[in-house]
Amino acid sequence: MLAKRIIPCLDVREGRVVKGVQFVNLKDEGDPAELAQAYGREGADEVVFLDITASHEKRKILLDTVRRTAETLFIPFTVGGGILSIDDIRDVLDSGADKVSINTAAVKEPNLIKKSADAFGSQCIVVAIDAKRVYKINEGKTIVETSEGLCWWEVYLEGGRVPTGIDAIEWAKRVEELEGGEILLTSMDCDGTQSGYDISLTREISESTNIPIIASGGAGKPEHIVQVFIEGKADAALAASIFHRGTHPISEVKSYITKKGIPVRL
Amino acid sequence: MTSISVINYGVGNLHSIKKGLEKAGSEVKILNNVNEIKKSDAIVLPGVGAFAEAKKNLHSLQETIIQEAKNGKPLLGICLGLQLFFTRSFEGRLTDGLNILQGDIVKLPTTVKLPQIGWNTIEIQRPSLILDGVSDNNYMYFVHSYYAKPDTAKDIVATTEYGVTFPSIFEKDNITATQFHPEKSGKTGLIILKNYVNTIRK
Repeated sequence: MLAKRIIPCLDVREGRVVKGVQFVNLKDEGDPAELAQAYGREGADEVVFLDITASHEKRKILLDTVRRTAETLFIPFTVGGGILSIDDIRDVLDSGADKVSINTAAVKEPNLIKKSADAFGSQCIVVAIDAKRVYKINEGKTIVETSEGLCWWEVYLEGGRVPTGIDAIEWAKRVEELEGGEILLTSMDCDGTQSGYDISLTREISESTNIPIIASGGAGKPEHIVQVFIEGKADAALAASIFHRGTHPISEVKSYITKKGIPVRL
Repeated sequence: MTSISVINYGVGNLHSIKKGLEKAGSEVKILNNVNEIKKSDAIVLPGVGAFAEAKKNLHSLQETIIQEAKNGKPLLGICLGLQLFFTRSFEGRLTDGLNILQGDIVKLPTTVKLPQIGWNTIEIQRPSLILDGVSDNNYMYFVHSYYAKPDTAKDIVATTEYGVTFPSIFEKDNITATQFHPEKSGKTGLIILKNYVNTIRK
């Protein structure tokens, strides 16, 4: 049976992990390669690196990090952030990443999804969608009844700074048509709150498409992950601080999830 | 030391498979040169992406691979590499494979999300040296939308369930193939690679 995936996310800048990560027995706790390996040992199913440095010189540092990670990590890893073109995708994959995550560039040029899926295979093209609730009944948007009221979800770009007016549910369907392999769905309302994922958003997108959905934004405790799998129908759960702080190690989260009857790899 | 050629035909990430096989105690070269490939003790055909495109990229090497397989050289196909071993694929337009194993490559049912991405269990159908230390229901990492439907079930070593029960490991004489990625399947995957390297006789 296909297991639900638990995916820690590391924020990387200039080759270093920027958010504090608490692990014992690490020689260099800022080194993404070493941290990814530590997560792998703990039972992570995949690892995601998000690098927001987009400048050309700094991309070289990222590619070097990717190369070093690929040499020691025997689980899949995804690299996202600042990927604008087919060439960027090729660089990251050639350096040893298994998948790339594209966001802004995909919205600006949707055909990039199709072109990169044709070139490298759908399986390595993750499309990241950052979505925020809009509590207005705008015409032409997919209005959903949530416990907080009627709303639709708007796609944001540039790391959540730029609203687009695009309906996230419609965009997710389009991503599938363009042969994106997976959707990394972040709720901007929930991100950083540690009060749980946006279950309605995740469920709506998961039920509107037939490709795997990675839920992101809001994980604060193991119960949230169970909830996003059962009620949100997510295929994978991504989280950062819950794992970095070391308060809920991946192994503990996984054994909790197993007890709730959800298949995970132990 | 056992020498292994990992065939490089422009289909993605070969770092992990190289490192995994090296960890297993072999000398690994990433190659697309016919003479060099012939010299190695075993050949690994990796691959992700689309069947027709991969087949096209493999073009100048395919006769060598088929010939080496006939000569009895150990051959390991991974994921799309497994699929390329078969007779033909229904992915996109109907495309001929290498016909080293006989059967068709067909799409997983659309009742499940596609691609299958993630960790799924294997159910062992018959004992195999490459599964030494691996148990029934161990998890492996899969990424695919198509699977192999062999003409005969006798080469199936393990199966996996995803909308349908499909073969996830094949073994026939010198030919071994896995639909999952052992090089991405953590500790268990590395055990399989190590077992595989151990089966290659110098």
